[in-house]
Amino acid sequence: MRLRIRFTKHGKVRFLGHRDLARIWERTLRRAELDVAYSEGFSPRPKLSFGLALSTGYESEGEYLDLDLAPSAPPPHLAALPGRLSALLPEGIDTTAVCEVSRSEPSLQQAVTSCSWLIDVVDTTVAEATDAVDRALAAPHLMHTRERKGKEVTDDLRPYLLDLTIIGPTPTGARLSAELGTQPRTLRPAELLAALDPPLSEGLVRRTHQWTTHDGARRELLPVDATSAQHDGERAS
Amino acid sequence: MSTLWTQLEPLLSKVQKPARYIGCEDGSLHPHPRAGQVGWLFTYPDTYEIGLPNQGLQILYEIVNERDDAWAERSYAPWVDLEGELRRHGLPLFSVDTHRPAAEFDLLAFNLSAELVYTNVLNCIDLAGVPVRATDRRPEHPLVVLGGHCTYNPEPLADFVDLVVLGDGEEVVSEITDIVREWKSSGRTDGSREHVLRALAQVPGVYVPSLYEAEFDGEHLVGVFPKHPDVPEVVEKRTIADLGEWPYPKHQLVPLTEVVHDRLNVEVFRGCTRGCRFCQAGMITRPVRERPADQVRDMVQGGLRRTGYDEVALTSLSTADFSGIDKVVADTVNDPSNCGQVSVSLPSLRVDAFTVGIAAEIQKARRTGLTFAPEAGTWRMRQVINKLIRNDDLYGAVDSAYSQGWRRMKLYFMTGLPTETDPDTLGIAELATNCVELGRAHHKNPSVTVSVGGFVPKPFTPFQWFGQNTVSELYRKIGLLRDATKRTRGVQLKWHDPKATLIEGIMSRGDRRLGPVIEAVWRSGGTFQEWSEYFDHTLWVETMAAHGLSVDWYVHRHRTEDEVMPWDHLSAGLHRDFLWQDWRDALDEVGLEDCRWTPCYDCGACTGYGIEHIVASATPPAGGSQGTGQDLATGGIVPVTIDGVRRPAGVGAP
Ligand code: SF4
Repeated sequence: MRLRIRFTKHGKVRFLGHRDLARIWERTLRRAELDVAYSEGFSPRPKLSFGLALSTGYESEGEYLDLDLAPSAPPPHLAALPGRLSALLPEGIDTTAVCEVSRSEPSLQQAVTSCSWLIDVVDTTVAEATDAVDRALAAPHLMHTRERKGKEVTDDLRPYLLDLTIIGPTPTGARLSAELGTQPRTLRPAELLAALDPPLSEGLVRRTHQWTTHDGARRELLPVDATSAQHDGERAS
Repeated sequence: MSTLWTQLEPLLSKVQKPARYIGCEDGSLHPHPRAGQVGWLFTYPDTYEIGLPNQGLQILYEIVNERDDAWAERSYAPWVDLEGELRRHGLPLFSVDTHRPAAEFDLLAFNLSAELVYTNVLNCIDLAGVPVRATDRRPEHPLVVLGGHCTYNPEPLADFVDLVVLGDGEEVVSEITDIVREWKSSGRTDGSREHVLRALAQVPGVYVPSLYEAEFDGEHLVGVFPKHPDVPEVVEKRTIADLGEWPYPKHQLVPLTEVVHDRLNVEVFRGCTRGCRFCQAGMITRPVRERPADQVRDMVQGGLRRTGYDEVALTSLSTADFSGIDKVVADTVNDPSNCGQVSVSLPSLRVDAFTVGIAAEIQKARRTGLTFAPEAGTWRMRQVINKLIRNDDLYGAVDSAYSQGWRRMKLYFMTGLPTETDPDTLGIAELATNCVELGRAHHKNPSVTVSVGGFVPKPFTPFQWFGQNTVSELYRKIGLLRDATKRTRGVQLKWHDPKATLIEGIMSRGDRRLGPVIEAVWRSGGTFQEWSEYFDHTLWVETMAAHGLSVDWYVHRHRTEDEVMPWDHLSAGLHRDFLWQDWRDALDEVGLEDCRWTPCYDCGACTGYGIEHIVASATPPAGGSQGTGQDLATGGIVPVTIDGVRRPAGVGAP
């Protein structure tokens, strides 16, 4: 049985790295007495897979984790699981949804096509930020050079910029709402800000959604009512 | 009360590993102190990764927080990047639990387990906004406290601390709290700091350096004497009689980010009676106090379930000596209530086949490297240091480890030991070569990593009189080893920087005249000296010279029998003449048997305090007490209590 879990990363725990988070989940699943399947081999690891990595320091409303239960494990009481896991997780990491997914579903890495973000930019004004955003949206290309494995790589970021809006002022700058593509590569908020003209400096960044495309329509990776155990059957498909 | 979190948060985005500073660990507490409560800030003067697993700090943190009239939080030395940010923004050292400023606590307590952190202690005091010199502190400033193994010679830090606690902290932390609470309720008026220090000096185990004067005659110390008649001439260490009464930590902290020893740690006994002559920890923590085996099992079982760890370490100075170790290990590995596989580690392994047997059982799941610590290259040298492992013991253990599937072995040695000759040094290379040879019978590419550290004589050991090897001598010996192992496939040589060994040596047996040196090095930016990228040997040596102090006099000189040591006004229970006799025995290459199972040598640690060794089982562990299989049935008066049931003095253990 494969479970998909959605969870948050808020507050102080936003400073945890990806590896830290993986270890915390491994321990939490043991404490919750969930019998997780292990890989074979010399040093067996629990079968967990996380979605797109979140940069250390970013917050999130929607992180995802898939896990396989051991073949012999009794099916857990899904409705009770989010509460049970949240109680065992550190403050700021809350499980907001759980459901069973079919093993034939694409992995989280493959499934996600875009992410929504709230991005605070600092040391700027709304007018300046608006200028930068307008220029980016009007431009046919948004070229950006970065270093990758010691080589300089120049990319056009424009195709990944699906939406960018100023939603209001903050005490030190402005808040933007963005939807950024993740296929074939992920556009990260920091890259976007650096590629704007003028570049903007990052304050607090929060991922609000991860989307997948289903029959041409955008939807979340889990249905809204995912925690309710009686809908298992419908969602497994 | 105040939290600095909102000011710290933007700084954390700019530093490496910000997760070190957020707290939030499982097992951490968020106290809401009330007026009149005594606040302890337990600080580890090194990074979070090294400091968090420290068991002493966790034990005291829990004990204080269980009290109604006190609260405790934790702090660690901020790494240089965050320190820079804090200083730029005028922010102080803070607790990781509630991010409260350090100066809001009544006691700023440091755990000291290594000498090279001394400058970090000063840095933390300063970062807390507290004057670094004790004489400059006012009633509103916290009391600066030291605990941990290095406190057996706290003289180099005497100028900077208010009190030093010798020995086990479990009881004394509460006695200090009581006195500080009264001081608080009296309003901490002008001049009251001197009062509270006088009162604290009455608590057994508490040393208040400012109430003592060090007298010198030329370069020689005459003694460290109390300034007042009510202050004890000799401060005795504290010893809890029974570890079974202190099942702490009950809620071990589970870090959210990477630290060393990231696993459940259960202390199975305190103390050690093997009597290795280089080992300060073994000498100062006598007698042996074993935890009842049932309690160990409960702490392991409960701890695994609560933390979600899949590894538990049974800790002590020599865990294979724990009587009944095989049963505890078997019960843990085979416990059906474990969720998934659990591995057990014994961080200190005795060198014999018996322990390899245990290791094989417990490392079924993850067979990584195996470590042995013969400490010296020849049997003669091991008789000098009283680590009575014969070459055959080591070869037997190594062979059985290779035959049971291990491919990688680590061997720990010291060089620069008393009476060491070049053949002794080269014996290290020979042992390693022979071990790889044994491995070839079982595997294609067996490997042995040889780790060599320079020997530093420590206070309260029989080697305290010995003149430490010079840096060039240590380099020469490492050179010998490098040449001797260069062409041996499978042997890797690693060594500790002799220059760092030198500075450790200065601090280890230094006196109060080193205070200004430590302060000057710190003011020149010499923090994190145990980190090779920040260690600055030249700075230390030049600062010593600038203060007219001779490195040679402090480190390389042999002491005489009648020489006054800077720690002679402190006591770990050991009689000075026992240590001297043991030093003579060392020079005569005479080994001593383990006093737990053979007659008492009257070292003073048991007899002086009216306490005894407490062991969980009457049967000595298999493999012989010193790993040599020697006959232990020599009888005699053995000061042993089984599981807390005290035997009348004079009755031997069965
Ligand atoms: S007093 Fe005797 S039995 Fe106790 S540690 Fe010392 S030598 Fe051993």
